[in-house]
Amino acid sequence: MSLRNCRNVKVLEVSPVGQLKRPDEFFEIKLEYPDWDGWKPGQFVMIRPAGWELDLLWARPFSICSADGDTLTLFVQKVGRGTGRIVALKPGDTVSIWGPLGNSFAMEPEIPTLLLAGGIGIAPFCGYVEQHPHPENLRLFLAHRLSLDCYPFAALSERVEGVCMRDDQPEDLQKIIAVMKEQIVEYAAKDGLILSCGPTPFMKTVQRFAAECGVRAQVSLENRMACGVGACLGCVTKDGSGHHVQVCTRGPVFWADKVEL
Amino acid sequence: MNMNVSFGGLSLKNPVMTASGTFGFGLEFAPYGDLTKLGGIVVKGMSLKPREGNPMPRIAETPCGMLNAIGIQNPGVENFIRQALPVLPWKEVAVVANLYACDAEEFGELADILAGEEGIAALEVNVSCPNVKEGGIAFGQDPKQICKVTEAVKKKAGNKPVMVKLSPNVTDITICARAAAEGGADSLSLINTLSGMAVDIHNRKPRIANVIAGLSGPAIKPVALRCVHQVVQAVDIPVVGIGGIASAEDALEFILVGAHAVQVGTANFLRPDFSFDLVDELEKLLEEIGAGSLEEFRGSLELPL
Ligand SMILES: Cc1cc2nc3c(=O)[nH]c(=O)nc-3n(C[C@H](O)[C@H](O)[C@H](O)COP(=O)(O)O)c2cc1C
Ligand code: FES
Repeated sequence: MSLRNCRNVKVLEVSPVGQLKRPDEFFEIKLEYPDWDGWKPGQFVMIRPAGWELDLLWARPFSICSADGDTLTLFVQKVGRGTGRIVALKPGDTVSIWGPLGNSFAMEPEIPTLLLAGGIGIAPFCGYVEQHPHPENLRLFLAHRLSLDCYPFAALSERVEGVCMRDDQPEDLQKIIAVMKEQIVEYAAKDGLILSCGPTPFMKTVQRFAAECGVRAQVSLENRMACGVGACLGCVTKDGSGHHVQVCTRGPVFWADKVEL
Repeated sequence: MNMNVSFGGLSLKNPVMTASGTFGFGLEFAPYGDLTKLGGIVVKGMSLKPREGNPMPRIAETPCGMLNAIGIQNPGVENFIRQALPVLPWKEVAVVANLYACDAEEFGELADILAGEEGIAALEVNVSCPNVKEGGIAFGQDPKQICKVTEAVKKKAGNKPVMVKLSPNVTDITICARAAAEGGADSLSLINTLSGMAVDIHNRKPRIANVIAGLSGPAIKPVALRCVHQVVQAVDIPVVGIGGIASAEDALEFILVGAHAVQVGTANFLRPDFSFDLVDELEKLLEEIGAGSLEEFRGSLELPL
């Protein structure tokens, strides 16, 4: 049987994350595990609740956070109508799911690796940290806008060195950019690897500093998608030679020097 | 029930085809179903030279539908023939090439190249893409051009059947249908997307970089059904119904008004196994409603006298 068949699975649990402020923005969603043979950190799934009927039409892409024998966990930020209706799902509701889709982050266990997450961009790193054989070689940097308990940062920093900065006051952004640069310079010096996921301006910053210091870096893109399988050409980005390529099949992870952001 | 259909030089094992631009080159969907189960696969629109397509953003979701302005991004006909076609199971499923060009001569060249390809069952001529500023729209809205392009393709197509795909963005689609028939089309497919637009009041920008885009999905089904109904009455050549099909019942509606086959577009995005399932569901529903055969049911719409 193919790894990527489309299945119907049940929702097991939907729980808000971070009770302090805006309790309705971040959610952890647990689904029945769709009997895949495997998956890799950086890959994503397309999810479409059965109850949507004909409106909305598109499934929504989500990074795979973690997946074990019975449960697939996703981290969802409510940003629009689709995600709003997804976080309103109840245990027992049915969703169509296809995946695991796309490529994955480079994993070089012996190489010092810096994970740069902008907000919800932390999601794919949950699985990355979990599957990494030498978490002592990892450092996670999170730049976040909402209170820290909205993100799975505490759990991750039990396993890896964690650094976080909040973007709250007007002067914070410049501070964050300065620290990102410092860290990228540091990893360039030790010939490390940089992986990043976050909003486009965040990844542009990573791309620019990585190019300046000549360090290898990957960025994970989160373009709007309709099919998730490379067919509609609605999700494209420009590769290093200016050609449009599908983010859903040729990405979502790209080497920073081989993509136009 | 016998689900075979033969029309306009095409012979399909069932009336379910996938619509151009929504099913890639077919192989993208191979992990989700058996491609040879389908009646036919219409591949992504192709041009003589590779095209990069339109800038991003290219797609937007709308109520029960979507807008797209992909701009016929494609690797060009030669790359299609070299890379995609050999790996498609064309011996067991009808592979239809969708031709996109900016003048009649180029259309003829495309037809000439594809006519020699054993793996191609038919040519579908896209005279109606509303997305691309430099072409498409002029042909699709001008009956003389439709006729001329059809003739040009037909002349070079050898023994390949030619299906002309019509745009709904016209005052009277039957005039375009007659023009294609006059040009020698073996069949017609309709409709392509409806011209549309979406804007964002927060950033005061169009939601699609190309500004004007093509609307598809269930939202356009009533328009598509009306167009197919009118065209079936107006011409003698067979018609393939396209537009908003998202269930077996939708497909049968098109067949009821007279379509020989249907193409499924946007519904392939509901889930990637949609079209494969539709093949079974269509047969089941035909039996359920007590239709004697596909042929008996086709065009059996009872109109008020
Ligand atoms: C993303 C997308 C790309 C399309 N690309 C093409 C194309 O390359 N050539 C073409 O003839 N029609 C193209 N179409 C139009 C479809 O083939 C079909 O005619 C239209 O979407 C209406 O059917 P539907 O409502 O089932 O989607 C495209 C449609 C979509 C949604
Ligand atoms: S989402 Fe359709 S090609 Fe990527």
